[in-house]
Amino acid sequence: MTAIATIRIQDADFDIAQEIAALGKGRTDIGAVVSFSGICRGSENGEPIAALTLEHYPGMAEAEIRRHAEEAMSRWPLSGLTVIHRVGRIRPGENIVLVVTASQHRQAAFQAAEFLMDYLKTSAPFWKREESARGSSWIEARDHDDAAAARWTKS
Amino acid sequence: MKVKYFAWVRERIGRAEETIEPPADIRTIGELIDWLAGRDEASAYAFEKPKVIRAAIDHAHVQQDAAISGAREIAFFPPMTGG
Repeated sequence: MTAIATIRIQDADFDIAQEIAALGKGRTDIGAVVSFSGICRGSENGEPIAALTLEHYPGMAEAEIRRHAEEAMSRWPLSGLTVIHRVGRIRPGENIVLVVTASQHRQAAFQAAEFLMDYLKTSAPFWKREESARGSSWIEARDHDDAAAARWTKS
Repeated sequence: MKVKYFAWVRERIGRAEETIEPPADIRTIGELIDWLAGRDEASAYAFEKPKVIRAAIDHAHVQQDAAISGAREIAFFPPMTGG
């Protein structure tokens, strides 16, 4: 059975258990499912934050995630893959992003999930703005996220 | 061609998108950034550090030496912070 990537960008929250169940529904070839969820922290650099607002580039965001989902499916033997990224205003404790990978064995599922998250951080067109007592400001990109993505580059 | 701006690039320029007709001698993304920055104060502020600005042509990331001919939609934005 060929793997199908489900990619969604949405304002609404997602249900992790429901997404995992949907990926495995009616199948008995999956031996491993890895899920990563990114959650809004209540503080950034020691400063409490009230909320994050996520902006994205409609059209390109989907295309960029799909390109990396397809690369993940060509690099690892995946049975299924789901990426959900929320946009809009998100409060501390709420979900931001979900990556679920399914495979026959755990190694492919772990690696593909990490690969996808590293690329989502650095090349999917989303931007976070934080609100705190001092006002609101755009979060700056981090060098260590670039380094994390670079280690997957094939030499 | 249509140009879109995101995050603080959008805020500094003061609009999310516009249609532009750059002169024929503007051939690359880098040259387009310089041309846009020279239009007014808001654009100059948005593009004051051109090396920081990321660009996409028709929904795909490009470098600043990329040719703009044939582009339908060009986007400028800061480094991404999703995930």
